[in-house]
Amino acid sequence: MSAASAMAGPGAAATSQVWKLRGRRAIVNRLMTGAMYLAFLVAVIPLALVIWYTVGKGLTRFSWSFLTHSMAGVGPNDVTGGIYHAITGTVEQLLIAAAISVPLGLLVAIYLNEYGAKGFSTVVRLLVDVMTGIPSIVAGLFVLAFWVLGLHEGYSGFAGSMALSILMLPVVTRSSEEMLRLVPNSLREAGYALGIPKWRVIISVILPAARTGITTGIMLAVARVTGETAPLLLTAAGTLFVNNNPFHGQQEALPLYVFSSAAGGTPADVNRAWSAALTLILMVVLLYVIARLLTRRDATRR
Amino acid sequence: MTQSTAGVEHDSTPAGTPRRARRFEPFRGITFAASVLVLLILGAIAVFLIIKAIPSLSHDKKNFFTTKSWSPDADPPVFGIAVLVYGTVLSSVLALVLAVPVALGVAIFVVEYAPRRLATWLGYLIDMLATVPSVVYGLWGLLFLVPHIRGFQHFLATTFGWIPIFADPNNRTSVASRSIFVASIVLAIMVLPVIAAIAREVLRQVDPSLKEAALALGATRWEMVRTALLPPSCPGIIGGIMLGLGRALGETIAIALVLGTSFAVSLHVLQPGGNTIAANIANYFGEAGDTGRSALIATGLVLFVMTLGVNLIARTVIYRSAVKQGGLR
Repeated sequence: MSAASAMAGPGAAATSQVWKLRGRRAIVNRLMTGAMYLAFLVAVIPLALVIWYTVGKGLTRFSWSFLTHSMAGVGPNDVTGGIYHAITGTVEQLLIAAAISVPLGLLVAIYLNEYGAKGFSTVVRLLVDVMTGIPSIVAGLFVLAFWVLGLHEGYSGFAGSMALSILMLPVVTRSSEEMLRLVPNSLREAGYALGIPKWRVIISVILPAARTGITTGIMLAVARVTGETAPLLLTAAGTLFVNNNPFHGQQEALPLYVFSSAAGGTPADVNRAWSAALTLILMVVLLYVIARLLTRRDATRR
Repeated sequence: MTQSTAGVEHDSTPAGTPRRARRFEPFRGITFAASVLVLLILGAIAVFLIIKAIPSLSHDKKNFFTTKSWSPDADPPVFGIAVLVYGTVLSSVLALVLAVPVALGVAIFVVEYAPRRLATWLGYLIDMLATVPSVVYGLWGLLFLVPHIRGFQHFLATTFGWIPIFADPNNRTSVASRSIFVASIVLAIMVLPVIAAIAREVLRQVDPSLKEAALALGATRWEMVRTALLPPSCPGIIGGIMLGLGRALGETIAIALVLGTSFAVSLHVLQPGGNTIAANIANYFGEAGDTGRSALIATGLVLFVMTLGVNLIARTVIYRSAVKQGGLR
């Protein structure tokens, strides 16, 4: 009897059935249901606390002047100063990182999905996945060892971009590969049937078909590295001044600014750290929203 | 799939052209070169870390793996990684102990218990935890969590002090303490979305007929979860936990802000102090000289090897379970 009604619908029917159960099984079932709801609540509480606290504290110093001034000539106790140099630095570093990792990641994705020999592809795929798990500080140490110290190029925004691109590369590759896999085979076959060479089919048929999904993946990858602090600490190294040349000299970035202000510790520093953290979160959220909107527009179009 | 397209290509092009058309594939070469480059980058990371670590290791006057102090720029340089590895492993394991039950609960909740219409959005909400930059977690941990958790830490120390790791000699938890315990809570918040996301995907892959069979036999919803949902997803979930461990081992900035600089091994997780490999790099880098930087790179190499191992195991486990279930990639 209970089996039949439980089968009928896992929603309302099953719940009413549970109430009729008696004894230990019913109690355990209700306890566990409560535990699942509780787990979700416990997970959401820190999110709410972090966002509430950052917005609350961040708004105190958040202003147009905060966004348009650098820290040049600002003492630790002055309540002036801003994040202009950090924003320009972050934008430049992200653009260069994307310029490196997007073409490379796309090419690897195309190889894995369109050309790859089975054994070699599996190895590449596994290692790309393993690369996703490389700690960001190790990427920073690598660029430090290879570029900054090894080739004596010194700290620069570009060095930071290289570290970020190492972190972006596996994300771009795997998401693009998933998107290429979704392109129906009939499209490929239609291209071959017209006598178009394979590389041409990939460039003018398959890539356009997967365009939106790939763009979403790229946006998510950029969003992921926007908040990276550790690699930039070792490569871009930070500065108080505006430096618009990513290839020469230390450059500030938004997460670095939050870190050094928080470590600075005076009340004025801490206020600036909160406001910069708020700006950083807004930037990341903006990238995520754009990515989601792209997916959504694509979904409705189909 | 590749086989079938190759067949189509061969059959449908007019005689004479296919061989030339197939031979002219510089694009294949370019994409292959890109794939090889990715492997080279991974190899280069290891090679350059080793090259730059050697100078400091050859100058180190004490055993790198067992020494419990950190003064690489002194003369003679003396430094070791023992304290750091201890702190890294302890904080990560503690973070997993805190995060895994909650993450599993969240995944099961989103897949089985949440109202169907809301489930996707509730999933996004948990994913949002992963979008908050680690430096913001660090800031929040240092300025909100450390002062606000003082009472709870003190309560733990006074009530459960008989458990060795919660012991509090000299009563140091009565003031706000930047302890391994607080760092682990921040870490737990950061690895939770990683584990929950993988567990959710794995649970979704379970054949619905298994669940229906359990319900049809009169199982309650929890019994269905326990007997039909969890066993087949176990390997995948373990893989997800390992990925979370990898993330926790390498987390830098949040820990660097919460813990600050200290160099002592202490079993008492509630007391101030403790350090991790990654946090030590971030905190010490600014004042490091040549040998100091090289020594930090040496510790980074150890971290790289640790996370590489954990990630390789995790991915292999996930791949195996995916092959068995034939779904998840």
